[in-house]
Amino acid sequence: MDKIIVEHFSLTYSDGTESLFDINLRIPANQITALIGPSGGGKSTFLRILNRLNDLADVKKVTGKVLIDNIDVLDPDLDVIELRRKVGIVFSRPLPLPLSIFQNVAYGLELAGEKNKSVLNDAVERALRLAELWDEVNDRLHDPANSLSGGQQQRLCLARTLALEPEIILLDEPTSALDPLATARIENSLTELKKQYTIVVAPHNTQQAARIADFVAFFLQGKLIEFSSADKIFTKPVDQRTQDYISGKFG
Amino acid sequence: MSNIPAEQINIPMKRQLIIEKFGFSVLTILTIATVLPIITVVIYIIYLGAPAISWEFLTAMPVDGMRAGGIWPAIVGTFYLTVGTAIFSVPLGIATAIYLSEYASDNRLTRNIRLAIINLAGIPSVVYGLFGLGLFVIFLKFGTSILSASLTLSIMTLPVIISTTEEALHAVPQSFRVVSVSLGATKWQTIRRIILPQAVSGILTGVVLGLERAAGETAPILFTGASFFLPRLPGSPMDATMALPYHLFVISTQVPGMPIQIQYGTVLVLIVFVLIMNIIATVIRSRARARRQW
Repeated sequence: MDKIIVEHFSLTYSDGTESLFDINLRIPANQITALIGPSGGGKSTFLRILNRLNDLADVKKVTGKVLIDNIDVLDPDLDVIELRRKVGIVFSRPLPLPLSIFQNVAYGLELAGEKNKSVLNDAVERALRLAELWDEVNDRLHDPANSLSGGQQQRLCLARTLALEPEIILLDEPTSALDPLATARIENSLTELKKQYTIVVAPHNTQQAARIADFVAFFLQGKLIEFSSADKIFTKPVDQRTQDYISGKFG
Repeated sequence: MSNIPAEQINIPMKRQLIIEKFGFSVLTILTIATVLPIITVVIYIIYLGAPAISWEFLTAMPVDGMRAGGIWPAIVGTFYLTVGTAIFSVPLGIATAIYLSEYASDNRLTRNIRLAIINLAGIPSVVYGLFGLGLFVIFLKFGTSILSASLTLSIMTLPVIISTTEEALHAVPQSFRVVSVSLGATKWQTIRRIILPQAVSGILTGVVLGLERAAGETAPILFTGASFFLPRLPGSPMDATMALPYHLFVISTQVPGMPIQIQYGTVLVLIVFVLIMNIIATVIRSRARARRQW
C-alpha cells in the first residue's frame, strides 16, 4: 500500500538554492525508504515538505501533488498541526528542547491538550521504551535533557516524535552527529519500528541505506534519478549515475 | 632543536609577551579610569547624603519651604510614576517585540519600524516632555497628572524595552522554534513554552533599564505631571505629584538657602530606589532560572 504519493512535484526557494524538479514517487507503508544522494540534492527539502516544515522557510513556489493517505498535503487550508502530529521528524543534530527529559517527550501531547498525568506518564514511558532509552533514564526523568549524551539525546528526539504516535517518521541524517555504537542503536530501533510506522530516512551514508532500507530513492541536484527496492538499487541499478554514486565515484 | 641558541627562540617570545603585557595594562588602566569616577561619585554622595537620612526624612512631608522635614511625597510620587510607566510600557513593549521578532515578516516596513524604534531611543527626553504636554495634558485633557506623566515616560521607555526584548528573543536558537513547530506547536505555544522562558532574563534586563531611566528623568515629567510642592500625597492618577528627580532639580536651583545634606540625601534615596529595582530584577531572574529544569 502506498502511504505517500508524490506526483510532478517541484519546489523553488526564493534564493534559488536546493530546489526540487518534477519528483514522482510512491512511498510504501510500513517500510523504510531511504533517500540517498550528495548533499544539496534536495533530500532535506523533500522530507520537510511531507510535514510542511518548509512553511517556515522562504519557499517561492510549489507545484504538483503530495498525498498522504490521499490527503493533499499542499492544500493551503490543511490543518498543518494535525499533519505534523501524524508525520513526525527527527533532525540531523540532536536538538532537545530546553526542558527536562520528561517534558521533552510529553511536549507534543501537552500541546495537544493532554493534561491527565497518568496518560502522560504512560505515553512517555512507552515512547522512551520504543526508542530504547527507558532503561537509561527512568531514574532521572526530571533531569535536564541536555545532560544526556549525544546518542541518548538523539534517541530522546526519536522518543519525542514517537510519543505523538505518528504514522510516518521522517529522519534527516539522524546519526550524522553520533558515534558508531549510538548509530547502531538508532538503526536497530528503526528496523523494529517499521512494523508500526512508515519510515522515510535520509541516511548518513550509502552503507547505512544498505543496512536498513527496503526502498531507496536516489536524488541528484533536485531530481529523482532512480527509485526502487534496496536490493535492486544496490545490485543492479538502472541509471549509470546511480551506479557511479553507489560505487563511490562521486559523493 | 638543542643546538639552536636560546636567544633565537626567546626573542620573538619576549616581544609577544611584552605586547601582551602592554595590552593587558592598557585595558586595566582604562577599566580603572571608568570605574574610579563612578565609585568616587557614589562615595561622595553617601558621604554628604547619609547624615540627612533619618526616619523623618524618609516619611515626613517637607516643611519650611522644603528646607527641612522629609521627602516622603517625592518618594511616593516616583514610585507611582514608575509603577504607572511599567503598567503601560512593559506589556506593550514586550508584545511589540514579540510581534516584530516572531510574527512580522522581514520586509522594508518592519525594517523601517525597527530603525524608528532605535532612533526613538536617542531622542532627548525633553522632546518627550513636550510631546506628552501636547498629546496627553492638552489634547486628551488628562491635565498635569500622574497619568499624563506615566504615559509620557512610557513612550520614552518603550524603545528600550522593545529593542532589548527583541534582542533577547533573537538570541534563542532558531532550532528550538523548528523543533517545537515540528511537534505540532502553534507559533504562540512555541513562544509561550520555549522562547519566552529562554528570553526572560534578557527581557527583564531591558525592562529594568527602561524603568530605571524613567524613574530618574526630570524633563518628561516637568510639563506633564510633576509639581513643585504639594502639601499632600496624590489621591488619584489624575492628580499631579512630586517626584524625586524633579524635587532634586527644584531644591538645587529654585530654593535659596537649601541645606546641602537634603540635596544629597535626596540623591542617595533616588540611587537606592534604582538599586532596589535592580535587586528585584536579579531576584526574579535567578528565580526564573531555578524554576527552569535544566
